[in-house]
Amino acid sequence: MSSVLEHLVNQPYQHGFVTDIESDTAPKGLNEDTIRFISVKKSEPEWLLEFRLKAYRHWLTMQEPKWPNVRYPKIDFQDIIYYSAPKPKKLASMDEVDPELLRTFEKLGVPMNERAKLAGVAVDVIFDSVSVATTYKQKLAEVGIIFCSISEAVREHPELVRKYLGTVVPTGDNYYAALNSAVFTDGSFCHIPKGVKCPMELSTYFRINTESSGQFERTLIVAEEGASVSYLEGCTAPKFDSNQLHAAVVELVALDDAEIKYSTVQNWYAGDENGVGGIYNFVTKRGLCKGVNSKISWTQVETGSAITWKYPSCVLLGENSIGEFYSVALTNHHQQADTGTKMVHIGSNTRSRIISKGISAGQSNNSYRGLVKIGARAEGARNFSQCDSMLIGAKCGANTFPYIQVHNNSAKVEHEATTSKIGEDQLFYLAQRGIGAEEAVSMIINGFCRDVFQQLPMEFAVEATKLLGLKLEGSVG
Amino acid sequence: MTRPDSRILLEVKGLHTNVAGVEILKGIDLTVRAGEVHAIMGPNGSGKSTFAKALAGHPGYKVTAGTATFEGRNIFEMAPEDRARAGLFLGFQYPVEIPGVSNTAFLRLAYNTVQGARGKDELDPLEFDDYVREKMKLLDMDVGFLDRSVNDGFSGGEKKRNEILQMALLEPRLAILDETDSGLDIDALRVVSGGVNRLLTPDNAVVLVTHYQRLLNYIVPDYVHVMEGGRIVKTGGKELAVELEARGYDWIKGKAAA
Repeated sequence: MSSVLEHLVNQPYQHGFVTDIESDTAPKGLNEDTIRFISVKKSEPEWLLEFRLKAYRHWLTMQEPKWPNVRYPKIDFQDIIYYSAPKPKKLASMDEVDPELLRTFEKLGVPMNERAKLAGVAVDVIFDSVSVATTYKQKLAEVGIIFCSISEAVREHPELVRKYLGTVVPTGDNYYAALNSAVFTDGSFCHIPKGVKCPMELSTYFRINTESSGQFERTLIVAEEGASVSYLEGCTAPKFDSNQLHAAVVELVALDDAEIKYSTVQNWYAGDENGVGGIYNFVTKRGLCKGVNSKISWTQVETGSAITWKYPSCVLLGENSIGEFYSVALTNHHQQADTGTKMVHIGSNTRSRIISKGISAGQSNNSYRGLVKIGARAEGARNFSQCDSMLIGAKCGANTFPYIQVHNNSAKVEHEATTSKIGEDQLFYLAQRGIGAEEAVSMIINGFCRDVFQQLPMEFAVEATKLLGLKLEGSVG
Repeated sequence: MTRPDSRILLEVKGLHTNVAGVEILKGIDLTVRAGEVHAIMGPNGSGKSTFAKALAGHPGYKVTAGTATFEGRNIFEMAPEDRARAGLFLGFQYPVEIPGVSNTAFLRLAYNTVQGARGKDELDPLEFDDYVREKMKLLDMDVGFLDRSVNDGFSGGEKKRNEILQMALLEPRLAILDETDSGLDIDALRVVSGGVNRLLTPDNAVVLVTHYQRLLNYIVPDYVHVMEGGRIVKTGGKELAVELEARGYDWIKGKAAA
């Protein structure tokens, strides 16, 4: 164990906290011992250790994908700490918070008490998140919904986790999913029992376990027959993290007549305007419409990260099942995004809909990559895809890579794509009606994204609208 | 009505303007007083639209010499949106489409921005809805316009009506209408010009940029200016337009050369 790290984690917290953290940090680097260490620390059952090791052994045989349209320096996987116990990194008061961050909260209209929480200030005095969370948990328990961290789920509901974990994204699915399966430290678990309609939007914000999920987050959501749930991930406030690499896996399972709606607003640190720093976000998200008449809907607003590599997908196995993907991906400065979806039609009369809106500004590069695959048995399957790109300025790029594979001649697949530019003429027109450049851009962008924002829960949509305006500040001059 | 004693709204002197490095306007002088209607006519490429856009502040039109004051302020020191807020309105020859943005949201934002600049109260969505519907009646416009995207999929005539609706809402001091008549059938022309006439007061003024005398049967000008080669080569009363219609622009060209 690195003595520097040991020293660091054993140091009493400067601002008066006394921590009881033992040397709970794995040594740098990745090997089978690291994985055993994680598993022991989390007191996991044998099957989960096997799951991790199998994933790790598979990962060793794999190559980092080279096909995405993104460029970054080679990642040294032996230079990462894969397990470290939660460290309270709280600031003593709002005065210590980066003024830039406060300005952002101001513009987004984040309530005062939440600003402190989001900025990482010790706020227990003014905002008791535990009591909010407890009330929330009780309400869900009344209808039989399980919503907790995945670590807790492994302890409390091992049979459910074991039944579904890795069934949608197998351990060897892709390079980053394999890595995640080997070393994930935490994430969310949600189970909606048969026939239950979840009475509220579930948000990671209210998850009981408040510790950081780390860079390898794992989420599993299961909706039993006739159940339905709307799940919100992320928040519009900027999220900073000292870990540069993030490789999450999200698995959704919908049984007969079940419906899962998964909404994300992602605003991780994107690096500065020169492209220095920023998160690499390599995510595998996939939903399995296992039952007949089931439905899975992904809605994402991607505005952060230096690099985004993400394809929330639907496997439409059950007859008449429906997959949807609504996406807004905005890149500015030197950000790179290669994002899209996969709709895999296996069952008959399955339907899918893809609405993707890419916005590029600055010197960024924004690619849509999507696969629509119609299997041989997918009689009467239908897909509609619309991929629109908007360019702001002359130094950015937009690409669309649609892949369509049809193996059943009764299927119907439609693809539409447009590219537009916020033109001088549009801005002049609005200026001539008294509307200034920033407001005009915000208006044009929100018009462009309207079809996607309509899918977001109300408050999220309002915040997303503001967020896009903020992200583009100063990009039109 | 010509009003030699009324307040000067716009005063342009020796205006030169370049577009993409080519000089289009070569010294324009024009004075517009409150209560007046001016028509600027002239063949294609004579610089009429360039003049309108330069006054409104289009970034592609570079003023290289000359001055223009609007109610005493140097407009070339004002951003385009500030000119609009001060009461200078341009009715576009080709209104721009903005997909996904509802017409009503756009109209309300424009209205409230301009009202705010004038120190007046803004309207909330419900109040604005009542207000805009009233204005739409004047232009014989269907309320369905409000929910459509700004100019997106509008016919030529619908776009022009939408321009006049904006003029009605923003109540400018000076409206420059750039070929508002082109692409209108006779019924639409009557409705649109009726709308413009209703908006005319002794305190504001209109500059009509047009090819045809036809529009001037409905909106009667006090002055008709003929542009040719980036200059105003002749100014007269409304009868000049009739003469132009009968004799063509070549007649002027010959006279200007003489």
